Order: sequence, then structure tokens, then C-alpha cells
Amino acid sequence: MPPTLHIETADAGHLRVVLSGAWTLDQTTPDPQRIIEILAGDASICRIGFETSGLTAWDTALPVFLLAIQKHTGGGSVMLDTSGLPEGARRLVTLATAVPVPDQGATGSVDGLLVRIGKATQRLGAELVAILGFLGETVLALWAWIRGRARYRRTDLGLLLQDVGPRALPIVTLISFLVGVILAFVGAVQLARFGAEIFIADLVGLAMAREMGPMMAAVIMAGRTGAAFAAQIGTMQVNQEVDALRTLGISPIEFLVLPRVIALVVMMPLLTLYAILVGIFGGLIVSVNLFDVTLIQYWNATLASLNIEQFVIGLSKSLVFGVLIAIAGCYQGIKTGGSAAAVGAAATAAVVSAIVAIVVADGVFAVLLNALEL
Amino acid sequence: MPWNSDRPDVREGCWPASAPSDERTQLLVRGLTMAYGDFVVMRDLDFAIQRGDIFIIMGGSGCGKSTLMRHMIGLKQPAAGKILIAGQSLWDTEGATREALLRRLGVMYQSGALWSSLTLAENIGLPLQQFTALPSKRIREIASYKLALVGLAGFEDHYPAEISGGMQKRAGVARAMALDPEVLFFDEPSAGLDPVSARRLDDLILELRESLGTTMVVITHELASLLRIGTNAIFLDVETRTQIAQGAPRTLAEHCHHPRVQAFLSRGTTGEAQ
Repeated sequence: MPPTLHIETADAGHLRVVLSGAWTLDQTTPDPQRIIEILAGDASICRIGFETSGLTAWDTALPVFLLAIQKHTGGGSVMLDTSGLPEGARRLVTLATAVPVPDQGATGSVDGLLVRIGKATQRLGAELVAILGFLGETVLALWAWIRGRARYRRTDLGLLLQDVGPRALPIVTLISFLVGVILAFVGAVQLARFGAEIFIADLVGLAMAREMGPMMAAVIMAGRTGAAFAAQIGTMQVNQEVDALRTLGISPIEFLVLPRVIALVVMMPLLTLYAILVGIFGGLIVSVNLFDVTLIQYWNATLASLNIEQFVIGLSKSLVFGVLIAIAGCYQGIKTGGSAAAVGAAATAAVVSAIVAIVVADGVFAVLLNALEL
Repeated sequence: MPWNSDRPDVREGCWPASAPSDERTQLLVRGLTMAYGDFVVMRDLDFAIQRGDIFIIMGGSGCGKSTLMRHMIGLKQPAAGKILIAGQSLWDTEGATREALLRRLGVMYQSGALWSSLTLAENIGLPLQQFTALPSKRIREIASYKLALVGLAGFEDHYPAEISGGMQKRAGVARAMALDPEVLFFDEPSAGLDPVSARRLDDLILELRESLGTTMVVITHELASLLRIGTNAIFLDVETRTQIAQGAPRTLAEHCHHPRVQAFLSRGTTGEAQ
């Protein structure tokens, strides 16, 4: 039987609500809005009574309906006479209203634009101070390591070196090879118009060594390793494992951050060198097979265009990128909050901030190298 | 209600008759105020923990028990007041002195907080490896011994994820004892454990106190447990944001008539808090 709602105004100031049928969640129950509108329109109503003898079944739908009405009884000016209700429903309504809704005060209000700008600025300032503090601690830990006083596990460093270096080779190989191939195609299409296909070698070699090698290796490592660092340290933070280190007098910076920074700083230049060589190989494959360049020509042209300077520039960049990725990953991990969602947020923030930092640093390099005429 | 912290007798609640600080004092908290930014969690905490005590920090959920522990083990700096461990403050020392002071404390965290990438033996061995010059064979022996003490002999090469929650907590106790600390902190030892495992952990706390003489600081709201093992306690009250009772839990249960203390210690069946 479908639920029905019938409203009677028996005598002056008295509203009689007749409920019948099955008031259950799988039925479309009448909207309490009708009663609320009557209450709003007629200020003389001071009492609402219920008649439920026709009610065949009820569940959560009924108390929700009653609470909606109760919310509009003007803080007690209209009396809600619950005596006509089923015993269970009456008790549930009493239970739901037993603890008053706490006064939320100003928290519900929305800050003005200026207040929000001010708060955001304060947060930014605090964040900058925190990052500087973290950098300082990391430098101190490095100094302790140089003097042989840092507390960390050598096995941890070994495992990290292996994870950051050799295990990253397959993905670095794939991406670098493809970047070399793409560079060769893009260059060849233009250069072929002038019959200057031989300059593909110069283009690929220079681009890989100075820009694309360090950049692509860094982006791969930010996504692969930076995120992993943030997630590892973040999970330890959530499990109080970092606290457990602190209370033993072991600095988490020395124990967790230091080996990760060292591992990336050692491995990044090696990975980048590898990426450059694989990229050049990719360019070679394209040029020799699809364009009018022989293997010897390509080899000679590459050697002629590249000198040690290009490699030094590329590898210096990769060193800086390595530091940035490690710092971003570890910083986000250390400042992780106390939940699983916070770990995910930390991993995301680590990748985003690392890539932003890498691109900005590359821009700085471009300006500097131009100024130095290198 | 304004009251002067120099005169504890005018405070609300139940207080010991004598001033509680002498040469037996292991850990002294004086006028401690804990805050997160502008939000004051607890203020004017004053108590002393004597050597060999099983000291209970009790109070309802969210009243700041764990925050108090984080202050006592040096993870959080007090907003005001002092915490002295054997007469020295963690926040007035730094470097090697602070590390040495920290190593007089051992902590069992609520979830165990074992280092998940290390085996149980390595977990216990790590502090020894970092702070002693012992050879690794000896460290392994010590780790086995500590694991045997908490009833986990034979689990040396298990990883924390491979053992049950109750075992992780006991392994956490073993790690906390790695450097033979003078004070052991337990954060909610019975949380998430079945009654039998919880009671075994209580037995372990009593047994270790008897045999090693270690001072225990236990944060709990588990009534049966705190009445059974506690020799002294403070009650943190969330409404007044300070401590409102101090004394042995059983004495407080019988003699402290403060309504909120009574409500807590009789599981809310009498002395209903307003």
C-alpha cells in the first residue's frame, strides 16, 4: 500500500497529520515540504498531532520525515505532539534529538577574499620556512655523512642504489630510444629539403646531450622514484615508524632522507649518460635505415658535433635534477599527515613539485649557459 | 574557575596529601601546557612519576592522552612548563646529551610502529647497532632474548606484516626494551586486542616491572586493565582541560567523589557527568 499523507486543520491552531500506508524507503513517501509550508504560512498553529492507525509499515523514512518537520517548528514555538506515533518511531526521534546540534558559530561563515588571500600568504610563508628547514637539516646530515657520523644502514643505501639505478634501466632505455627516434624524424623532414640529412646526427647528438637526455631521465625518475620516496616515507610517517626513529634519537633525515639523496645523486648522472647514448643510437637507426646517411657518416658527424663540454653541461644538469627529485620526494614524505589519503597526496605532490622544479631549473640553466656563451 | 597552580589544595578534584617530588622521582612534569597553535589541549599539568611505578594516564577519548605522551617522549615541544627526566629537560639539551636522555625512554606505539622493511630481529637490533659497538652476532643474540621475553621466540626472521596485531604490539615492547630503558611508555596497549591478548600484555607489563624494575607509563582507557596494573595515575578531564585527579586507580575508584572521575571509573553507571 503506497504511503499517503493527509493534513487536517481540526480546530484553530491545531494541525492533524494523518499518515497511512507503508512509509518505507523503497516507496516514494510524501514530501514534508507541504507541512513546512503550512507552518510558515499560518503563524497561529501551535500544535501538531499525528494519526497513524492506517500505518502498515515504517522504517528510516518515517523518522527522517518527522525530523524534517521538527526542524521547522520554530525552536519550540510549535508543539510536536508525538503521542499518536508508533512507540518505536517516537523513541527514535527522541534519541536523534537528545544531543543538541553544537553551535558551530563562525565556522560556517565564508571568509572574505582579503582574509583568504592573507591566510594563503601565511601558509605559503610557513611552507617556505618548512622547506628551508628541511634543506638545512639535509645539508647537516650530508655534512655528518662526510665526517662519517651519520646514522643510516649501509644495506639500505645499497638497496636504494640498486632500485634507483639498474632497475630503472628498462624504462630509461625505452623512452630515450624513442626520443632519439622522434628527434631524428622531426629533424630529417626539415633537413631533407636542403639535402642536408647528415645534420640529423648533429641535431640528435646535441639535443640529447644538452637537453633531452637529462630532461627525460629526470622526468622518468621523478615519476618513478620521487613518488616512491614520498610514498615510502609517508607510509612510515602514518605508521608512526618515523616517530619510533625519533624517540630512539635516530634522525629520520639521516636515516631515511640521506641515503635516498645520495642514491639519486650518484645514479642520475649515470642514467643520464646512458640515456644520451641510447638516444643517439635511436637517431642513428632512423637516419641509416630511412634516410640517405651511412653508418660511418653518422658516426663521424656525431663525433664532430659533440665535445666533452656538451656532456659536462648535460651531466651537471642531471646532478641538480637528481637533488631536486630526491628533496621533493623526501620532503613530501616527511610532512605527510596521518591518513592513507595523505600518502597519496604526498606522492602526487612529490611528482608535481619535482617536475616543476626540474623545468624551472632547466630554464635557469638555459639563461646561465647563454650568458656564459657555452 | 580561577585557581592558583601553586596551591593544589584549592583545585577541583582529588589530590594526594603530600607534594610528590623527591629523589625517587623519575619523571617530573611541572606546569605543562600543551597546545596545537592557538588551541590549548591541556594546561597546568603537574605530576611526578616515581621509579618502579606503573603510572596510568587516563581520560576519555580525545582528551589529549597521546598528546601528553608525545610531549614526554620529546616529539612535541611544550607550549609552557617543563618535563624533567631524571632532573634534565629534553628541550634544554641538544645533540649527544639529548640523544642519551632519549635513550633512557622506550616507547611502544599504539600500532606497534615496527619498521616494516626490517625483520623482527633487525627491528630490535637497529637501536643496538646504532648506539653500541656490539658485533652483529651478539646483537642477534640480544634480539632473540628480547623476543623470547615477550613470548615471540622463533619469530626473529618474520616481517611485521607476517604476524598478528597482538604479536606486533609485543614485538613493539621488545623493541622499546632494546636499549634497556629506565622508563617504558605504552600507548593504548589493549586497543584493538581481544580480551585474552590484552590481559597477556598486562601480565607482561607487570612481569617486566617486577623483574627489571622499569618504570612504566601506560596510556589507557581500558578500565579492567588500569585498575589491575596501575599503582598511580592522573585523570585528564576534557571539560576543564586539565588534570582533576591523581592517585592509585583503585583508591580513586573508591574515594574520589568527583562526578566525572567516578563516571569514568565505574563505566558511567554512577555519578553521571552533567
